[in-house]
Amino acid sequence: MKTKSPPAPLKTLLKARTGIRGLDEITGGGLPAGRPTLICGSAGCGKTLLSMEFLVRGAAQYNEPGVFMAFEETGQELTENVAALGFDLPKLVAAKKLLLDHVHVDRSEFEETGEYDLEGLFIRLGYAIDSIKAKRVVLDTIEGLFAGLPNQGIVRAELRRLFRWLKDKGVTVIMTGERGEGTLTRYGLEEYVSDCVISLDHRVVDQVTTRRIRVVKYRGTTHGTNEYPFLIEKDGMSIWPITSAQLEHNASDERIGTGIERLDTMLGGKGFYRGSSILLSGTAGTGKTNVSATIADAACRRGERCLFFSFEESPSQLIRNMSTIGLDLSQWVKKGRLHFETVRPFHYGLEMHLARAIKAIKEFDPQVVVIDPISGLDTTGTNLEVRAAVMRLLDYLKQQGITVILTHLKTGDGLQERADAAISSLVDTWIVLRDIESNGELNRSLHVIKSRGMSHSNQVREFVLTNNGIKLTDVYIGPSGMLTGSARLAQEARERAELASIKEEAGRQQAALECKRAALEGQIAALRAEFSIEEATVTRIVNMDKQREASLALDMAAMGRSRQQDVNKNNGAHAHRNGSRRH
Amino acid sequence: MPDDFPTAPHPAPGDGKYVLELYVAGSTPQSGRAITNLKTICEAHLKDRYDLTIIDIYAQAERAKPGRIMAAPMLIRQWPLPVRRVIGDLSRTAQVLATLDLPPAGQCP
Repeated sequence: MKTKSPPAPLKTLLKARTGIRGLDEITGGGLPAGRPTLICGSAGCGKTLLSMEFLVRGAAQYNEPGVFMAFEETGQELTENVAALGFDLPKLVAAKKLLLDHVHVDRSEFEETGEYDLEGLFIRLGYAIDSIKAKRVVLDTIEGLFAGLPNQGIVRAELRRLFRWLKDKGVTVIMTGERGEGTLTRYGLEEYVSDCVISLDHRVVDQVTTRRIRVVKYRGTTHGTNEYPFLIEKDGMSIWPITSAQLEHNASDERIGTGIERLDTMLGGKGFYRGSSILLSGTAGTGKTNVSATIADAACRRGERCLFFSFEESPSQLIRNMSTIGLDLSQWVKKGRLHFETVRPFHYGLEMHLARAIKAIKEFDPQVVVIDPISGLDTTGTNLEVRAAVMRLLDYLKQQGITVILTHLKTGDGLQERADAAISSLVDTWIVLRDIESNGELNRSLHVIKSRGMSHSNQVREFVLTNNGIKLTDVYIGPSGMLTGSARLAQEARERAELASIKEEAGRQQAALECKRAALEGQIAALRAEFSIEEATVTRIVNMDKQREASLALDMAAMGRSRQQDVNKNNGAHAHRNGSRRH
Repeated sequence: MPDDFPTAPHPAPGDGKYVLELYVAGSTPQSGRAITNLKTICEAHLKDRYDLTIIDIYAQAERAKPGRIMAAPMLIRQWPLPVRRVIGDLSRTAQVLATLDLPPAGQCP
């Protein structure tokens, strides 16, 4: 339930940051400062831990010392319990940043002999607060008073007075309460705390436990109303809410290679868009992990960081298996570019998987995320739940501009196909890997079903795993359908033979032509020879004729001279005559 | 925590006296009644056989934690062992006597 408030009180409402990752996010900045907050939940859901982390972080990060008043555990027990989470209580106690006070309440010890009040507790708490100038107080679990003191009327009256008094002191208080039957707390503590109520939950569904947190009420502020899963790990508590799931991410124009050259070609020649989501689906053994590992390898090669969620194989197994197709993933792990998150799907609930994934992503800050296979989550919830969770995860990744590769195992039955289609509508690129059985063998094929925002190939490619990685080759379309594997090899051999015979025929034809050309040239030469003989004869005749004419002319001139001819027949004759006149 | 279960000053059991501590919170009518009632009981049943200390936790707030005080008034029998605790203004005499292991009024131990 969301409490709507006018803007003015929002500004004045001071908040005490908890420092717990995610809690400040869903409470809009922390718990109400100077007021009490009730944290309720069943046994073992993390109430004490949350309260203790609130004090520890307050003391260490916000310089707000705190008093932890425990009604159940002794200081010694508390110290040991939270040491596993990295909280060093003795150090904080020594620095006067933290004060632990165990209030021992044992009904058998308290015999009522008349009127009394809880002034002793007030004074004790007041003294503790004053001695370290505490700003934060935890009362864990104050319900111990109800169990320990016979007169509940007095306890209730005194609690009311206690909270009034704590408010006057201006300390931020967390009190914890056990969940009751149909009520938030067993003793109705919520009636004393009107400002902020947070409920923790610890549900077991299908033998898997998920811890969840919900802000039930927060007066004077807007807050996340959903249940969020939270983690308790070696560094304390953390909540990883996906608070916004709107479609408002920026689409990148940058393209990134897949590490498989011909796959890039199939995807418009440049590969995927950065920040897009890619689904690789296929039945068992179609090479989904191989393709995704190749993409991861390509990302690391570019100097990017890649986070690989594996639900099926351990990191060392993956590294070994990928080395058989020539991928050395261990080098990227060593360089800190590749990180594996491996866990069995059934180990956590769906929400917890999601929370862990977000935590890992925030901590590693990758550019590429691989989830192998996303269908591993199918067992952790209903179809609808899984789909919603995947959608939230994809939206989150898109907002961060992270490219995500999901593999999806198809089992082939109708139900699975539907789930497949449901997930495929969430992704940008869908690549299908298939087994093709023909001629007594299984071969692999790959095709791109869709790829938003690019012209992609519509061709089916045969997909071959070699020692040097993944190779995509064309498939042959024969009369009996697509040819792959050895059928393709046979076809290739046949085509090579055909090519050879065509070449041979061409050679033969060329030789014949050469032969013809030679014959033709022989003929030409013969004709030329004949012609030149003829030409020579004719020339000789012409020359003889010319000589005859010349000698005839000489004869005539000689005859003329002998006859004293005065008629000049030519120059020679005239000159000869002039000369003779001078004589 | 070393100070979590403090050992209240245990007197030597030599003289066999009852060691009683009464914690009160200020001079309220409740505190006054508790003091009067306790003194009456002690005089009647433990004449000269008790050491009584009255502690006002308003004045000595630091004693509230070691004394494990929660409610007030609170009477603690430190000796003889085991330590016994009684809360309230001690107006129900029979209950006080039972808890302190004292014989009912009129009888001598």
